[in-house]
Amino acid sequence: MSEKLTGAQIVLKALKDQGVGHIFGYPGGAVLPIYDEIFQQEDIEHILVRHEQGATHAAEGYARSTGKCGVVLVTSGPGATNAVTGLTDALMDSIPMVCITGQVATHLIGNDAFQEADTVGITRPCTKHNYLVKSVDDLARIIHEAFHVATSGRPGPVVIDIPKDIQFNLGKYVKPETVRHKTYQPQIKGDMEAIKQAVDLITSAKKPLFYTGGGVINSGPKASQLLREFVKLTGFPITSTLMGLGSFPSADNQWLGMLGMHGTYEANLAMHDCDVMINIGARFDDRITGLLEKFAPNSKKIHVDIDPSSINKNVMVDVGIVGDVAHVLEDMLRVYKSRSSKPDAAAMKAWWAEIEGWRARKCLAYTPDKKSIKPQYAVERLYELTKGGDTYITTEVGQHQMWAAQYYRFEDPNRWMTSGGLGTMGYGIPAAVGVQVAHPKSLVIDIAGEASVQMTMQELSTAVQYRLPIKIFILNNEYMGMVRQWQELLHGGRYSSSYSEALPDFVKLAEAYGATGIRAETPDELDDAIKKMIATDGPVIFDCIVTKDENCFPMIPSGAAHNEMLLADDQGLDVEVSDAGKAMV
Amino acid sequence: MMSEEQPINTHTIAALVDNEAGVLARVIGLFSGRGYNIDSLTVAEVNEDEHMSRITIVTTATPQVINQIKAQLQRLVPVHRVVDLTVETDSVERELALVKVTGKGNDRVEALRMSEAFRARVIDATPESFVFEITGNTAKIDAFIGLMVPLGLQEVSRTGVAAIARGPERM
Ligand SMILES: Cc1ncc(C[n+]2csc(CCOP(=O)(O)OP(=O)(O)O)c2C)c(N)n1
Ligand SMILES: [Mg+2]
Repeated sequence: MSEKLTGAQIVLKALKDQGVGHIFGYPGGAVLPIYDEIFQQEDIEHILVRHEQGATHAAEGYARSTGKCGVVLVTSGPGATNAVTGLTDALMDSIPMVCITGQVATHLIGNDAFQEADTVGITRPCTKHNYLVKSVDDLARIIHEAFHVATSGRPGPVVIDIPKDIQFNLGKYVKPETVRHKTYQPQIKGDMEAIKQAVDLITSAKKPLFYTGGGVINSGPKASQLLREFVKLTGFPITSTLMGLGSFPSADNQWLGMLGMHGTYEANLAMHDCDVMINIGARFDDRITGLLEKFAPNSKKIHVDIDPSSINKNVMVDVGIVGDVAHVLEDMLRVYKSRSSKPDAAAMKAWWAEIEGWRARKCLAYTPDKKSIKPQYAVERLYELTKGGDTYITTEVGQHQMWAAQYYRFEDPNRWMTSGGLGTMGYGIPAAVGVQVAHPKSLVIDIAGEASVQMTMQELSTAVQYRLPIKIFILNNEYMGMVRQWQELLHGGRYSSSYSEALPDFVKLAEAYGATGIRAETPDELDDAIKKMIATDGPVIFDCIVTKDENCFPMIPSGAAHNEMLLADDQGLDVEVSDAGKAMV
Repeated sequence: MMSEEQPINTHTIAALVDNEAGVLARVIGLFSGRGYNIDSLTVAEVNEDEHMSRITIVTTATPQVINQIKAQLQRLVPVHRVVDLTVETDSVERELALVKVTGKGNDRVEALRMSEAFRARVIDATPESFVFEITGNTAKIDAFIGLMVPLGLQEVSRTGVAAIARGPERM
């Protein structure tokens, strides 16, 4: 017979048995018993954030850069509601997270008690699953189950709502191994018949294209490695979504760059013209497909996804394979190698010649400026001065995010943290905090916008407290640039509320937090300033003053097809966008 | 390609779920959150030992959306099994309705006569009212209610559809 523990002790023991090293959290009345237990142990480090949204994004950064589960602890009511944005973000981007919320005592639930919120009700649609703990004897099982649900299958956030009385009650602890879920058993291995059909399509392709996504990264390093092997073996071109950057090295000649709304010319045209599309762990998001009716009209489509509901959701495919990317790729590679027939070499040569023609368009070229720093130039220089190093990049949301995706180059998975599905401004600083906690010696940079950073700037204080030397690299264009760009394109240049008025002096702001502030205003001082930032042993805000009215190209306007892309040298945004297109986001 | 011209059909979907707090909210939230129709929904515990409930949902959608509904339901953690009874099985469906009709004279006689033709039972009667109990498929109940409208229909309470596959196999 094992001795009885309090609910709070069970929480800590279960987290420890799950291998948790760090918790991102914020205390309050309904979680004080758990904080008391945290105080009395040393195995798990608690990182005190400055806002619960920060805790969730930090956990996301931690998770995405390590492959482990991020853990969050917040109080009831406002603590829980503040966590909702990050939970939704993690759900959209399939990030494993367990979020423990305090709840008012069981007998008070439903009485509008102080700091009561219907947390399971509020978080039901923004979590993969959630639990309200009703008995302390269920607590250990629920925590173990929550980790299993969060990290297996298509990963996602799980909330465990623990009433305060249960944190005090005595109950039995059970170990993780003893917990097995009755119903939740995601499919890992792909169907062999479907895999063979996929290989049939692959070997008969004349204009094939790999279209890969965040699922490759979620599947783990082995998936990236198998993907590289498969792509090399076939000689096919490959593109990726925003979430998949890094799963295939950008230095490789088969890499066409990112696709989608701000993807490269070559990637989008290859997507439009391909005859066999091999979707590995991407989900046909609208940022990728553009106008569905004109999406890759002549292609046969293979779709590998661990979530059965992703298959045939937005786009009907010819071969759907439910399974984990690494497992499916392993089988696919084996079948492919065993076949004597290989893709038609002459057709492949012609396909590559076509692609080289698109590449020659140099869609990411921009006109440099002597006096003002072009944002593209800033990211390029940042890349050149940090490449080859042990670097992690996070971003906020806006033009800078797209420029980061286009001009920073990734050779490895788990190095790129961005809010893709939800597009959450304010993601980057706390995500960088989480990444830096997991990788204390690495260089962690948030490529940011001056508007976005103000949404979670308070987390700089967290970075200072825990000596996390994150670098906040702000492309300061004094505009909500992406909003301004859409207003230029769709709303007659009426810049309604998109100017960043009354900006703080970011250098002084950094100093006020006890961090370092650096500013660069001209191209010729940029390199030295970046070097100084890298050499600074502590958190930095880098205020990079960039050209104010630069637009982000290439761009597929909403409601348009891949072959109707706008390029930088098309002279501005002079296009007709259909009413249906205008109604899209 | 997208499903511009797919036909819209009515399907009856059965789901076996853990009978735990919030499971119905999950299912209903899924339907409202993703914009699926619910024509009818019934739920009750069907296996006491294993605490399992059966949810029967009648919904109208294109084949692509029906597949989505199945996949999305299956994705919910407390869901054991989902079957599209319309497509995957030959099934029987029944609904029960309680129908209150008031009237005097000929209308009252006519209502009683109709109820016999539909095999409805009188389960409550006063000098000016009847409550009929009728069981059958949705179309039959719709037809009966339609006939009661001119004869003094006051109120209807319906259970929604319960459905099960024919033959010896269990779900
Ligand atoms: C929380 C949140 N609110 C609003 C938006 C809509 N939005 C998208 S980009 C953007 C502007 C971002 O401005 P900034 O951070 O300066 O980046 P820039 O586009 O200028 O690079 C806004 C308001 C959002 N994505 N997230
Ligand atoms: Mg800006």
